[in-house]
Amino acid sequence: MAMRTTHDPAGVDVSRAVQASYRFAREAPLIPLFILLAMGLAALFAPALAPYGKLESVPVTDEQCQAKYGRSFRSCYIDDDPPFFMQGSILRTPLGTDYLGRDNLSRLMYGARISLLVALTGTVAAGAIGTLLGILAGYMGNVWDQVIMRITDAWLTLPTLVFAILLASIRGPGLWNVVLILAVVFWSRYARLVRGEVLTLRERDFVRLAEVNGVSKFHIIFRHLLPNVMNTVMVFFTLIVGVAIIIEANLSFLGVGVPPPEPAWGLMISQEREALMEGKWWLAAWPGLCIMLLVLSANMLGDWLRVRLDPQLRNR
Amino acid sequence: MTRFILNRAFYSLITLWLLVTIVFGFVRFTGDPTTMLEEVGDKAYVAQLREQWGLDRPYYVQYGKYMWGLLQGDFGNSFQKSLAVRDIYFERLPNSLKLGFAAFIISIVLGVPLGILSAMKVQTWWDNFGKVFAILGLSVPNFFIGLMLIVFFGVYLGWLPILGKGNSFWDWQHLIMPAFALGWYFSGNMVRITRSSMLEVMGSDYIKLVRLKGVPEWVVMAKHALKNAMIPIMTLAGLNLVIMVNVAIAIEVVFNWPGVGQLLFDGMSNRDFPMVQGVVLMGGMMIVVLNFAIDILYAYVDPRIRLSR
Repeated sequence: MAMRTTHDPAGVDVSRAVQASYRFAREAPLIPLFILLAMGLAALFAPALAPYGKLESVPVTDEQCQAKYGRSFRSCYIDDDPPFFMQGSILRTPLGTDYLGRDNLSRLMYGARISLLVALTGTVAAGAIGTLLGILAGYMGNVWDQVIMRITDAWLTLPTLVFAILLASIRGPGLWNVVLILAVVFWSRYARLVRGEVLTLRERDFVRLAEVNGVSKFHIIFRHLLPNVMNTVMVFFTLIVGVAIIIEANLSFLGVGVPPPEPAWGLMISQEREALMEGKWWLAAWPGLCIMLLVLSANMLGDWLRVRLDPQLRNR
Repeated sequence: MTRFILNRAFYSLITLWLLVTIVFGFVRFTGDPTTMLEEVGDKAYVAQLREQWGLDRPYYVQYGKYMWGLLQGDFGNSFQKSLAVRDIYFERLPNSLKLGFAAFIISIVLGVPLGILSAMKVQTWWDNFGKVFAILGLSVPNFFIGLMLIVFFGVYLGWLPILGKGNSFWDWQHLIMPAFALGWYFSGNMVRITRSSMLEVMGSDYIKLVRLKGVPEWVVMAKHALKNAMIPIMTLAGLNLVIMVNVAIAIEVVFNWPGVGQLLFDGMSNRDFPMVQGVVLMGGMMIVVLNFAIDILYAYVDPRIRLSR
């Protein structure tokens, strides 16, 4: 009996699972995960967490108005107020105020909503279209493959940003237009990747046997091929999200992305360009740093996942 | 080889045709080019433009006209300036090429040595530094880097001019900041491709053999490994060059650099549709031609490629 318990396969599995989870915790990129989580929470609960509204000026007392302008106004706001740690800060808000006296921290939190919403929905939509077309091209072959891949190739010849701007100049600014643009621009990359994957999967035994058993093509695509390409698609997704955020920031910066007065990060930078030239660095630096942190975290997570899920890369 | 070239040329032509058709389709099925102008321009001018562009005719007539124009190298006239889009474009292109080329050199100078170091010292401090550098490069929007450079070197230190391209061709002071902001992103790319292609070459049998023969390590690296790793690196660098010429839009706006990116931005802001379409099509064509050239070069260098088709 004693022998059997020591060799209990279940026991071995448990200890392996525990070891694996330890390793996971040790190797996982904790800082990027933490940043992503913090930004996600800030975005999700922005109305509850943000000290002020995204469109309202920070309320100013009479003394503060006196301190800034030397007299009092009926509706007074303090623009370009420095963050609390700098000299000359009157309002003492954590990150200062913008050109209309609105609180930077609150606007950044609402801005996280826009960035995350746009980038995630856009890339998910692109992923759905691209994955489906990629599987169709790879599995059905022949005419399907030729037609889909020719279109994909033509799609890929346009640089992402140029393509996005072409579409933006047709559709005009707007939050959902940006989502649409990201979906239209990025699907081709998924399609190309998934097709390659499916070409090898198609020759594997489980697909061959399903075919021999007369399983329908629809069933093979959704029950056998789709689950097997999901790993690759997920990794690619985390890497594309970063690019999508940068494209969104570019569009907003150029004035064809999310329209004002919404606090999109790219737009905030472009609105503060004048103030930046006067040496007020903090106005454009915050949204820029936010974009950087978000994309950096997404990229690091994507890189780590890629290595985790692809054993060949693990020791590189 | 001739057959291979013909084959590739045929595919490139199809890609080109699809590209042109996709652009046409996007524009016509989401309204016509003048609807954007109607909000700002006067009615009579818009009506005249519609007439001139044949927008009242059926789609197939418009398509035929559009294709015929493109075959003759005619991209139509700019709504805004009433000049041929082609002429305006080629007037601006040298500026973009200059900026792109400078950024290309910066991306190579920053990226390739760091990639080589990372590959030689895998999983050391150098390797981690290379990884962080690459990811950082790919994570910051280039217009933000441009703005920060302007604030620091232009406004705070006052060392460099912040706007325009200067007067002479060799005016590096105007060039250096936009080129760096643009090249920085692509240097991240270069670190990655250099590292992975060096690692691949270093794992090959002939490098092991050279090492067994007792050749000094730096000779192994410089003479044998790097030479073979250069093919993918230079391919990506070449592609990057063409992409950089085309995607410097925000950079050109920030630095007021008169290149094709700014042309695209102006076209977009003024609702000048032929301008936007022209710049986009030229960018796509450049890349199709480059891809074709790369395919041919690869086949020329490596016989396995041309025999497999």
